[in-house]
Amino acid sequence: MKIRIKFTKHGALKFIGHLDVMRYFQKAIRRSGIDVAYSTGFSPHQIMSFAAPLGVGLTSDGEYFDLEVHSVTSSEDMKKRLNDTMADGIEILSVLALPEKCKNAMASVAAAGYEISFREGHEPKFSIAEAIGHFLDRDQVLYIKKTQKNEITLDLKQSVYKIGLTNDNRIFLLVDASSAGNIKPIMVMEALYREYDEIPGDFDFCIHRTETYLRDEDGTLKPLDSIGQAI
Amino acid sequence: MRKLALPEEVLLTIEKPARYIGNEINSVIKDKNRVDIRFCMCFPDVYEIGMSHLGIQILYDMFNQWEDTWCERVYSPWMDADHILREKNIPLFALESQDPIKNFDFLGITIQYEMCYTNILQVLDLSNIPLVAAERTWDDPIVIGGGPCTYNPEPIADFFDLFYIGEGETQYRNLLDLYKEMRAKNATREEFLIEAGKLPGIYAPSFYVVTYQEDGTIADMQPTVPGLPKTILKEIVTDVSETYYPLKPVVPFIKCTQDRVVLEIQRGCIRGCRFCQAGQLYRPVRERNVDLLKKYAVAMLDNTGHEEISLSSLSSSDYSELPELVNFLIDECREKKVNISLPSLRIDAFSLDVMSKVQDIKKSSLTFAPEAGTQRLRNVINKGLTEPVILNGAIQAFEGGWTRVKLYFMLGLPTETNEDIRGIAELANKIAAAFFETVPKEKRREKVQIVVSTSFFIPKPFTPFQWATMYHKEDYIEKAYQTRQAISEQLNQRSIKYNWHEADVSVLEGVFARGDRKLGKVLLNAYKRGCYFDAWSEFYKHEEWLKAFEECNIDIDFYTTRERSLDEVFPWDFIDCGVTKEFLKKEWLRAHEESVTPNCKVQCNACGAARFGCGICFEERGTAE
Repeated sequence: MKIRIKFTKHGALKFIGHLDVMRYFQKAIRRSGIDVAYSTGFSPHQIMSFAAPLGVGLTSDGEYFDLEVHSVTSSEDMKKRLNDTMADGIEILSVLALPEKCKNAMASVAAAGYEISFREGHEPKFSIAEAIGHFLDRDQVLYIKKTQKNEITLDLKQSVYKIGLTNDNRIFLLVDASSAGNIKPIMVMEALYREYDEIPGDFDFCIHRTETYLRDEDGTLKPLDSIGQAI
Repeated sequence: MRKLALPEEVLLTIEKPARYIGNEINSVIKDKNRVDIRFCMCFPDVYEIGMSHLGIQILYDMFNQWEDTWCERVYSPWMDADHILREKNIPLFALESQDPIKNFDFLGITIQYEMCYTNILQVLDLSNIPLVAAERTWDDPIVIGGGPCTYNPEPIADFFDLFYIGEGETQYRNLLDLYKEMRAKNATREEFLIEAGKLPGIYAPSFYVVTYQEDGTIADMQPTVPGLPKTILKEIVTDVSETYYPLKPVVPFIKCTQDRVVLEIQRGCIRGCRFCQAGQLYRPVRERNVDLLKKYAVAMLDNTGHEEISLSSLSSSDYSELPELVNFLIDECREKKVNISLPSLRIDAFSLDVMSKVQDIKKSSLTFAPEAGTQRLRNVINKGLTEPVILNGAIQAFEGGWTRVKLYFMLGLPTETNEDIRGIAELANKIAAAFFETVPKEKRREKVQIVVSTSFFIPKPFTPFQWATMYHKEDYIEKAYQTRQAISEQLNQRSIKYNWHEADVSVLEGVFARGDRKLGKVLLNAYKRGCYFDAWSEFYKHEEWLKAFEECNIDIDFYTTRERSLDEVFPWDFIDCGVTKEFLKKEWLRAHEESVTPNCKVQCNACGAARFGCGICFEERGTAE
């Protein structure tokens, strides 16, 4: 059976890249004693699927991966076993059983929520509220995404589902994070700055992912663990 | 969140920030206000190399078991971080507390190879610790060196307050107790260093004076303070089953060279190859109890979550309980889905059977280290491997499905002739031919591939070859060229690939291996010219090194190509590693007679290591004639 694990990534752990986080969890699962399933062959590996890779430097409260297991104890027990062996900066929030037939974590990702704050001394010269207003007023916000092979022009209006300011002046975003659309928060920020003929610097923002979403049959966005069942 | 020494902007711009943040699983955090001694362990190379070193893991675990001590780690910052630390004036820091190294009581540096000597200076420099020991005060940590290179500490003697000669498990407790006691009494730094120098295995270099002959060789070396020993006897763990072993080693976030559980099954080697320093330094052979090793293996796998385990020793096939241990691991690891890696196994029926169980034959290769191309030269170096044994092993392996064979040789060994170099090519050719004879055409699923690698032989202290002469760079290149030429003339040359090491670094390594105190100023000069990370070819600055030697008026040939007489006093003669100079001399002469000396299991050859009263020296076997 498959379980879905939700975790956070904070502190110094934000400097650990996605591939190393995967390696970290492979070892952590071994330490935890969870009855994980392995592939066959000379170098057996755990059958796992990570949702949406988080870039180096970002923190998160809504990371997920799926794990194939032979047997389970209880959600609470498995969560505790994992948390007992976590490094400072990663916390397991939930361990839930997945229904028989469902897409794996990676294929399920439809959207991601972010909160973006400005590093001290790196605040923009213009009003960010006004910039968001401009963004919302436009029919189309084109963005040229450069990939290794070519350039693709996207309309951010189609893939930014929500944008606004929190009470303490942080920007919140809900964007397409599916493999087809995948919008990075920095792309949206570049579009906001472009209105004022400015380009944001590499270290202007602290970017925090708040949640990763799937789209259910009705088309509504729900957290990735919404289809899981406590054991 | 724990404070980090490097600002976020820096961590996000440098390569692999995980090298500098600490916080790894099983790393130890203590309250610095509740310990008496802060010890920082350093491996002066990049994190991924340093984290793979077992010795530091053992000592880290030992120190942290002591309530009064907090041991942390530091490695050489990679060039990108190095430049930023200098530019922004950020002092080098320990991974755990992220505190400056300068604030520590001790900085312990393990010295595993000569080409890291300048990285020691890099670490001291970035820590704002005076490079030269004589300029340090109580504001600086006690800088203590350990590891194989400290068996000839003289080239780096200027930079260390103390050296620990031998295995670290035995004297550190005494040293730390002495430190606490003398700090409490408000002793001077000098008073402490003198008292430390009286402890077994501890060498305090600043209280020794060396006098030289007219020809530049050593006349004498004497302590300048009464009570300090004239010779330092190495420290050794007599019972390796009753000592420290790290059951919870630190698990790095990033992939390191050694990304696995390392189980040290024994110390020392029975073989006595005449070029091998480790084979003499770590005598006598001491085996760990097999039941204990089984327990260790399970505990370490559980505590780290590593997906691979490796056995560590100089010659695993000589471990008497190897079949029992390996069979246990095969069963245990099958269940845990853990891979087993078995380096340094002799190729025979047993090892082939084991390897076929633990590896994918299609992906793995077999390794032989004949070290020399002819039987004559193999007798000179006392490498007990014969051609029939190699061919037999290869044939069995080909029958078992292997198609890839790696062969390791050394060029520039004492008494080497052109015929010995040709022998390398011919042996490789015979192995390839054995494949075509053994495996019928219809069964040859993959091409046979023989990879020949050569390194240049570098004479090391405390080996029978410590009297050997080296060659010039051009001669080494010529030898590699000859090898390549000879391989290209073989019938099966298409199946043979040849790799060789660079010659520049080999000459330099040779200088420092058998160097003396006069070399300290060359190291300092070279470091100031920007030479460090010399073990990394992309950073190795040969021209700058040559300038440093020239400016210091030091002749490289004195250390490399000069003939050393049998009665020359060597810079390392004041250290006693157990094996006597008389024995080494006898072995050097036997090498020239091309006679083989039996290994320690066959008979005792009275090398001197029996004085430690332990290990194989006290097992029943034959005696020297």
